[in-house]
Amino acid sequence: MALSQSEVLAGLAEIVNDETGIAADAVALEKSFVDDLDIDSISMMTIVVNAEDKFGVKIPDEEVKNLITVGDAVDFIVGAQG
Amino acid sequence: MSRKIVVTGIGATTPLGGDAQSTWQALLAGESGISTLDKPWIEKYEVPVTFAGQAKVPASEILTPQEAKRLDPSSQFALIAAREAWADAGKPDVAPERLAVEFATGIGGVWTLLDAFDTLKERGPRRVLPMTVPMLMPNGPAAAIGMDIAARGGVRTAVSACASSTEAIANALDRLLSGSVDVVVAGGCEAAIHPLPISAFAAMHALSKKNDSPAQASRPYDVNRDGFVMGEGGAALVLETEEHAIARGAKIYAELVGGAVTSDAHHITAPDPEGTGAARAVLAALKQANASIEDVVHINAHATSTPVGDIAEYTALKRVFGEQLKNIIVSATKASTGHLLGGAGAVEAIFTVLALQNRLAPPTINLDNQDPEIPLDVATSPRELPDGPILAISNSFGFGGHNAVVVFRSYEG
Repeated sequence: MALSQSEVLAGLAEIVNDETGIAADAVALEKSFVDDLDIDSISMMTIVVNAEDKFGVKIPDEEVKNLITVGDAVDFIVGAQG
Repeated sequence: MSRKIVVTGIGATTPLGGDAQSTWQALLAGESGISTLDKPWIEKYEVPVTFAGQAKVPASEILTPQEAKRLDPSSQFALIAAREAWADAGKPDVAPERLAVEFATGIGGVWTLLDAFDTLKERGPRRVLPMTVPMLMPNGPAAAIGMDIAARGGVRTAVSACASSTEAIANALDRLLSGSVDVVVAGGCEAAIHPLPISAFAAMHALSKKNDSPAQASRPYDVNRDGFVMGEGGAALVLETEEHAIARGAKIYAELVGGAVTSDAHHITAPDPEGTGAARAVLAALKQANASIEDVVHINAHATSTPVGDIAEYTALKRVFGEQLKNIIVSATKASTGHLLGGAGAVEAIFTVLALQNRLAPPTINLDNQDPEIPLDVATSPRELPDGPILAISNSFGFGGHNAVVVFRSYEG
């Protein structure tokens, strides 16, 4: 069964926290990965791969550059679920 | 005017302790850092050697999970040791362009490399972490330290197997004497207690196989020695010009007066049985120290506890010191720590510095029956060193025919 937007956000926040130490509740939909959360490209790729594993989706490399905010990523994952 | 170089900070994480002073105290107490490994891979791969010297305090207890995640275990030990040394030196106020790092490893990020290959085989290339390359590169530990203390005067990594970190200290001396920098953080690290390196060293019959008595397995100079025992950890020294140290009111442990590197060009692993290359390194380091053989009161020997290596080093020392050798107190501290490979020289440099400062040669444990072919005066309990200005040397030799020697002098102010 597909996860809701808030469930995906919670799961993604957990992944971001695990990789970077950023508090999970700071990972909000409107936050930019680079400008607000200060996440570098290496951490971003690790987060993407871990998100693929966790949510059972595929996030193509060419799509990653479009995921500016946490909300962008959550929407993409919600849409990509089976 | 000749420039003096001094030691103003020390840090270490070793099988004996999580910092330099607790390591030293455990060494003086005659402890062993060697024990049986409690790892599933021992049984899984039927690894022929089941013990080693694991770091007494795991790096995960010191670093944040996010720091640890981006660093190979070797870099984790490096960062812990360097931070301790840097704090011990009083976090010197130095222009970043005048601060350098010389930090060695023998093998580099072997855990990262082999874990990544497992991931590739089991889960495919996309699951190989993007941090793999910076984590496995041998300059990773030096780079991590350089970023941590903002060293912009050059960050380098000597790689010469078990001579690596003594070579790094000798390189640091060169840089400081050249006047291009004022402060250098120097040292080395290793984290190779992994089934592959253990199997590989065992395959060349370099490791002790005393699986039933791990704490007695590392026994330099003993007739029953049968190979070295692998250890892990790191050690760092803050080295700086005396002028810089005095200007900022730093405490001074000892003076670094000589450092030399030679090579055997004899055999890829066996030491030159005549010991000429090692002897040349000792002589060159003493020459740089402007010292004579009579000035040396203490030697922290390389002495890994291999049948051939211990004799080859004795032969080299005999060549250099002749009859004077009987007046020198020798310590073979790998008996307690195991062999930290690329980190060994830095750990032993710290022991040499503390021996001078405390006027105390540390004990060599497990020496029950001294090999009659190695008639050195070995300290088996802590032994007092003489008053007045005294000199001590620390030797390291590595596969590849690398010989590195550093000389320290007691600091008289």
